[in-house]
Amino acid sequence: MGSYAPEELLACVIARLLEGARHAAIGASSPIPASGCFLRKVSDPSFRVSLQQRRAHNPFSEGSRELFDLAGQGRIDVFFLGGAQIDGAANLNLVRAEGRRFPGSFGSAYMYRAVPRVILFREEHSRRVLVPKVEFVSAAGDPAALLTGKALFSWQKDKRRFRLESVHGGASEAGIRELTGFDFDSDSPVKSTPPPSTEELSLLRSKVCREVAADYPDFAKKVWGIH
Amino acid sequence: MTVEELAGRIPDGALLALPPDYSLVAMDLIRFLIRRKSRGLRLLGVPILGLSADLLIGAGCVAEVETSAVSLGEAGLAPRFTEAVESGSLKVRDATCPAIHAALQASEKGVPFMPVGSIAGSDLPKNRPDWKQDGEILQVAAIRPDFALFHARWADEAGNVWIGRRRELATAAHAARETLVTFEERREGDMLEDELLAPGVVSSVYVRAAAHAPRGAWPLGMPGVYGADDVHVSQYAKAARTREGFQRYLEEWVLTPRKSSSPA
Repeated sequence: MGSYAPEELLACVIARLLEGARHAAIGASSPIPASGCFLRKVSDPSFRVSLQQRRAHNPFSEGSRELFDLAGQGRIDVFFLGGAQIDGAANLNLVRAEGRRFPGSFGSAYMYRAVPRVILFREEHSRRVLVPKVEFVSAAGDPAALLTGKALFSWQKDKRRFRLESVHGGASEAGIRELTGFDFDSDSPVKSTPPPSTEELSLLRSKVCREVAADYPDFAKKVWGIH
Repeated sequence: MTVEELAGRIPDGALLALPPDYSLVAMDLIRFLIRRKSRGLRLLGVPILGLSADLLIGAGCVAEVETSAVSLGEAGLAPRFTEAVESGSLKVRDATCPAIHAALQASEKGVPFMPVGSIAGSDLPKNRPDWKQDGEILQVAAIRPDFALFHARWADEAGNVWIGRRRELATAAHAARETLVTFEERREGDMLEDELLAPGVVSSVYVRAAAHAPRGAWPLGMPGVYGADDVHVSQYAKAARTREGFQRYLEEWVLTPRKSSSPA
């Protein structure tokens, strides 16, 4: 195993979180979740990935409402959501905070309820993003996990609290607490997120990067240097 | 009918249903609305908004937006929208995508409201007196736009236009009082007589007027014909971070007719 980009580690964590899923959908501007889904797909061809905003090979023929209709019927197992703010009760805010305006809630309010396995993803791990309580609740629900650029949390539905599962690249539990605005449970000592395997890296850098580049050219250029 | 004449049919204060950046945006028509100094427009994102809304907002054409989001996609936040909301000069009615689709479907069917699956726990309904919680179900009031505006692949001799799989445009056209369309190419005959084309048609029942606008979606794309000009959109996103940068962009790409349509 050689060196790897932080985005590659996150894509591998996402691919592992997709174990047993049949159909994942991806909304706007999510190159890392897309990379994780395509990585999963190359090792499990029966796994379906639907990108809402695909330019070529768009999977929808009924316009943008089809994604929500599929979700409403239970035909989508996995969806990814993020937020300008995420709080310790797993609420998401995509509207406004500290006088600043964000893009808006997209389909989050509905998808969080309709899709059984929602993975919360936000690369930035800071007290600015991970807050005790969001200023506005765009969406509320029970996520499967919260993945950031520093750590992976699971969600304890009964306690309505996050639990720190692992930290990436040698971060410490204390370091994560320092960067997190909400309280959470954890084991001591905390586990380290397993790095990408040689096989995962090889797939990311051969088949996956080309799939991702079709929709996220800037991202593919930054991570893999391809055009 | 020219694009300029099409823009002339849209009065100040009208409610316009506009598509997201990936769904056939009538950008030439948007530029003409800015040139004719439209004012007080209300925009409806079907179900989100992007570059077209940011330009109209920055140019002072917009009083209010209803949308699930405003975003430039990979190019980031929509800078003029963000600034207008933060400075209090733009009113936003925040929605969520399936609620907007359902509200247009209600108008399409001529019924006053439509149910949407649960959005329990969200604060969105608190600012929406037109939405009613009915147990786990959300009832959203019908939305009837004054105009649906988009850019079609073809317009034919019978007055039909072709939008292919972008069915949210059909829903918007069905729901709106009038639909005004720019189109890429003229097509002979009647597309409704062609079994392969007919499912992608918005029929002349809905289309009030159409104008020829080659590369009329630029700098956004028309799938299968030309892609989005990502470099231009990200240059816009940078320029529009400041009011001055936005004004320079307008002067160069919108207000000067020679450069306002797509590059050769």
